[in-house]
Amino acid sequence: MAEIQLKDLVKSYGPTEVLHHIEGDIKDGEFIVIVGPSGCGKSTLLRMVAGLESVTSGEIAIGGRRVNELEPSARDIAMVFQNYALYPHMSVRQNMAYGLKIRKLPKDEIDRRVEEAAEILEIKQYLDRKPRQLSGGQRQRVAMGRAIVRDPQVFLFDEPLSNLDAKLRVQMRLEIRKLQQRLGVTSIYVTHDQVEAMTLGDRLMVLNGGYVEQFGTPIELYDRPASVFVAGFIGSPSMNFLPVEISTGHATLPGGGLLPVASTHAGTATLGLRPEHLNQDENGPLAIEVDMLEQLGASTLIHGRLHGTGHSITASVPGHANDGIGSIRRFSAAPELTHLFDSVSGKRLAD
Amino acid sequence: MVENRPLTAFLTHLVLILGVIAIALPVWITFVASTHDELRMNQAPLPLWPGDYFLVNMKQTLFGSGLSGTESAPVWLMLLNSLAMALMISTGKIAISLLSAFAIVYFKFPFRMGFFWMIFITLMLPVEVRILPTFEVVANLGMLNSYWGLSIPLIASATATFMFRQVFLTVPDELLESARIDGAGPLRFFFDILLPLSRTNIAALFVILFIFGWNQYLWPLLITTDTSMTTIVMSIKQMLEAAEQSPQWNIIMTTALLAMIPPVFVVIAMQKLFVQGLTETDK
Repeated sequence: MAEIQLKDLVKSYGPTEVLHHIEGDIKDGEFIVIVGPSGCGKSTLLRMVAGLESVTSGEIAIGGRRVNELEPSARDIAMVFQNYALYPHMSVRQNMAYGLKIRKLPKDEIDRRVEEAAEILEIKQYLDRKPRQLSGGQRQRVAMGRAIVRDPQVFLFDEPLSNLDAKLRVQMRLEIRKLQQRLGVTSIYVTHDQVEAMTLGDRLMVLNGGYVEQFGTPIELYDRPASVFVAGFIGSPSMNFLPVEISTGHATLPGGGLLPVASTHAGTATLGLRPEHLNQDENGPLAIEVDMLEQLGASTLIHGRLHGTGHSITASVPGHANDGIGSIRRFSAAPELTHLFDSVSGKRLAD
Repeated sequence: MVENRPLTAFLTHLVLILGVIAIALPVWITFVASTHDELRMNQAPLPLWPGDYFLVNMKQTLFGSGLSGTESAPVWLMLLNSLAMALMISTGKIAISLLSAFAIVYFKFPFRMGFFWMIFITLMLPVEVRILPTFEVVANLGMLNSYWGLSIPLIASATATFMFRQVFLTVPDELLESARIDGAGPLRFFFDILLPLSRTNIAALFVILFIFGWNQYLWPLLITTDTSMTTIVMSIKQMLEAAEQSPQWNIIMTTALLAMIPPVFVVIAMQKLFVQGLTETDK
């Protein structure tokens, strides 16, 4: 059983604290995605769990055992690196067997495990090739194979798909998910790509500037983002934000429109509206002056400004659209699909 | 760049051909001289075509006492001495430089950069500069007239350390991390990952260092007094100065020819790796 506990975890480089009191409980077999913009400390956090970075204070426990002081090899983990980190002078088979050889497993056991992993990943025909003779996707599989053969308690993925092209990335994303479900191994996956995070994770940990902004299921994060940062980061295209004045269940928009909201709050706030939650409504309070159209085929993104103000706003409408630049479209939004945040702290306001 | 200008083509070829002649002619004369008898070599004009004394000269040089009237060692022994010295110097230099570069790149210890610069400034202290103190040390250690004395003082190498440091710096950190996760300790990482990755660089360096060791002249001259320890490069010079007789050019040139063979052989045998090691950059 390999649940992971992060307790009050701090990482500093000299006087600079880069991770601030991270807390997290990861259940056995869970797939956790750590997501955030570059420089938010997500890779550092993963590397601390791996044992490649020291822990400044706090505790990491894997399977109930404190591992702060353990060498990476003693933590019973396997890691897949962004650039695969395959040993270039070894064949695929040797690459996969290397860790087992060091652990002095009997030779037939090593062979059995390598064959098994190669079978799962469909790389059997490449076993005797060198990494440089493989394509990016195949190398990625080998890197995963090397993780699988070790039969670890925890898989760690450090942006493993960012070197692949878009199509392969989608395919590998599904395969990683299937593989993890099949093996049932607790996994932590780091990415800056929110689509990858949404599709892969059982739960997402959103990091920003070394703080955990929110830790929850993808749907929780989408439906009830805890802060402006999470709201803007999760979902594509990202959420629109408008400064509003709230009173008696209505938000007064800049420019004067009144939008009903599901809140008893009063005073200034930041209103969040997802582009896909804006409904076309000839009498709607949101008048958008069109700047640009993005035709996606199934839907069209309308980029524009709230009429009479400088606030840019994006709406997604189904099907095709051919509004002229400068023309005006009106939208409304369902009260339960609006989000309100404190205009100073950016935290979500209670409904 | 391909240009179609007859005059330029003619000039470049002329320069190249002159260069080839300048390098090849002395080698040719050496070879020709090794195929004539002693008498012919002391008559003017010098022969330009091979004679038929090659095997005789070769036999006398290799297994005879070399020059007549001297007590120098047979040349096969000198070849052996030179070979031992060159191999000990080149392998020693490579081993020590690999280890010191490994320490400097992969271990954090106090004054790490200080040690690096200390190694680096030894570039300014080749054996010619420190010859007296080094001789003193070697003499006190009782290493005169031994292979150890010939090779050990020349083994420390800042150049090779620096080169391996650069090679190691190009090895991605992820390989080290991956090896750590696989459970490889530092030595294991060194032998299983770093050494195979620096294979071509080691080969390139071996070629350079072997020739460096083979061509040592001053140091062997200083510390070997026993004729059984003479190296071939120093003996050629001694043969020229052999007292009170006209030089035996046929024997001297045969010796010179023999002295050229091992470096040439090393270069040819390692050419492919040599070029790879000096040009290949990606790991």
